[in-house]
Amino acid sequence: MSGADVKPNGADVKPALAPGVRLGQVSFVWRPWIASVTFLLAAATFLVFCVSIAVGDFPLGLSQVIATILGRGEQVDEFVIMDLRMPRALAGLVVGIALGVSGAITQSIARNPLASPDILGITWGASAVAVFGVTVSGGTAAAVVHSVGLSAAALAGGLCTGLLVYFLAWRRGIDGFRLILIGISVSAVMEAITTWLLATADIRDVAQAQAWLVGSLDNRSWDEVHVALWGTLALLVVVSCIAFQFKPLHLGDDVAAGLGVRYSAVRAVLLLCAVLLAGVAVSAAGPVPFVALVAPQMAMRLARCPTPPMVASGMVGAVLLIGSDLVARTALPVSLPVGVVTAAIGGPFLVYLLVRANRR
Amino acid sequence: MVTQSITGIESAVDDVSRLAARGVTVGYGARTVIDDLDVAIPPGVITTIIGPNGCGKSTLLRTLSRLLKPTKGTVVLDGDDIVKLKTRDVAKKLGLLPQAPVAPDGLTVADLVTRGRHPHQSWLRQWSSDDAGVVERALAMTGVSDLADRPVDTLSGGQRQRVWISMTLAQGTDLLLLDEPTTYLDLAHAIDVLDLVNDLHESGCTVVMVLHDLNLATRYSDNLIVMREGSILAQGHPRDVITAELLDDAFGLRAKVIDDPVGDRPLIVPIGRTHVQLG
Repeated sequence: MSGADVKPNGADVKPALAPGVRLGQVSFVWRPWIASVTFLLAAATFLVFCVSIAVGDFPLGLSQVIATILGRGEQVDEFVIMDLRMPRALAGLVVGIALGVSGAITQSIARNPLASPDILGITWGASAVAVFGVTVSGGTAAAVVHSVGLSAAALAGGLCTGLLVYFLAWRRGIDGFRLILIGISVSAVMEAITTWLLATADIRDVAQAQAWLVGSLDNRSWDEVHVALWGTLALLVVVSCIAFQFKPLHLGDDVAAGLGVRYSAVRAVLLLCAVLLAGVAVSAAGPVPFVALVAPQMAMRLARCPTPPMVASGMVGAVLLIGSDLVARTALPVSLPVGVVTAAIGGPFLVYLLVRANRR
Repeated sequence: MVTQSITGIESAVDDVSRLAARGVTVGYGARTVIDDLDVAIPPGVITTIIGPNGCGKSTLLRTLSRLLKPTKGTVVLDGDDIVKLKTRDVAKKLGLLPQAPVAPDGLTVADLVTRGRHPHQSWLRQWSSDDAGVVERALAMTGVSDLADRPVDTLSGGQRQRVWISMTLAQGTDLLLLDEPTTYLDLAHAIDVLDLVNDLHESGCTVVMVLHDLNLATRYSDNLIVMREGSILAQGHPRDVITAELLDDAFGLRAKVIDDPVGDRPLIVPIGRTHVQLG
């Protein structure tokens, strides 16, 4: 039994604790592996971002791209880069980060890798509203959707569906498994509504709705990017402020409460942030599938963390999304929407997760 | 009352209990589990709450640890109403180990115990040399220093429970509330964990726990709280409390109470319907 080798006064045995770092008032635990993975991911994000701008009908060198981003480029390059290609790359960056962080939050809260915004109903709720906006032209509801714009309406749809799932799953607290089951059910309803809207709509509207539904970064304008960028930034500030309080929640509600965390409030705020981040992403690029599911899981494995690391998840999300967009634009003679490629990567990865979970 | 403090010096502790429930009524939804209950936890000793299934012993512990909010009455911690204190400040005074906690797969022992420092940390100050010292001592006291790098999910049940107790210790409180710390453990590991709890008591901690096993509760506690149907039937030293009549009253258990051949406490020998030869 384990009691035999217990050394009650074993203070001479120095346990391997991660060293602390102190910078003025700020102190934190220094974990070299996570720090280097995060640094490398940041470098990779910057690299795919620049490559994404460089590749196109009018190819540019990486050095030209970097020079222009730093404000030292030539006028011709500046027009191509800043006006034509930057919005697309930036949209990819922002949407990727938003999806990655959103997925990291929902998976942490549900303590289940399947709990991504795709599965929690947010994506399909946004889609149903957006398709409604595209295919229905008469009536008050349609008028409301048209007046606020498709993106804002999709955001509202995602938010309402997310809240609906949260309240339906609430029973003296939130249980991860119930959250997922309710999310799947509500998603199915929203999907059915979407399909019904598509089946009854005018064929020209259907084509437009389909293009939106598959998730795409085509034809982004600076205006759309600005909304997504500032929205995501504001949400990330909130998330990083509250993330410290969130750490004990990985140990369960009771332990967190014992450690002095008001877990219901912390979780509600974070879940709201996750829903909004996913909503912002969907409204900017359509329901790009699987990034929010895959990115946190990849980040976890890269950083060797027991729970999805938020910063790394966001960066993996950005690399995945921009990278997929790059593949979608260049791999085939016809340019594909980015959602096709992320689904092609995400599907097999989901299978891998399920197979691994079953074999445990 | 005399108790030994962390420094090893005998010191007098006033009789004012640090934790007490005053007229508390608690329940889940419309169902009342505990009705108008008063209890005071004596300082410096191990108090164990026992009682039949569903008698409200875990509910009482959860109420004392502010996990459940009473609908009536107050829980008093060091003279203050616990619901009026900031939950963070309560966490600096009162350590809590819930029943059967689960750590995420892959979380290491050192990481888990480190998280016990949370109430003492802030967004800016997430780690300090104080924290490192306390965590090292908590690991050493519970005998899990050698396991620091191991993932918690790879440990045996007994080791895992030691690690969780270590996390609660890292919180740096001298008031520990443990909800069934021996659940799912075999007898050898249960004894091991309770010996550890006794070590903590001897180093100056006040311990309140819920236990299922009556003989373990009798052996390891200085103060027993016997509950039935949401109220307290008896409270006191096991020698004074544990009698055949009480066991019949509280549990409906027919038993013989004898002197423990290896200890200084009573030993409960249950009498079932079969395999019994009564002389």
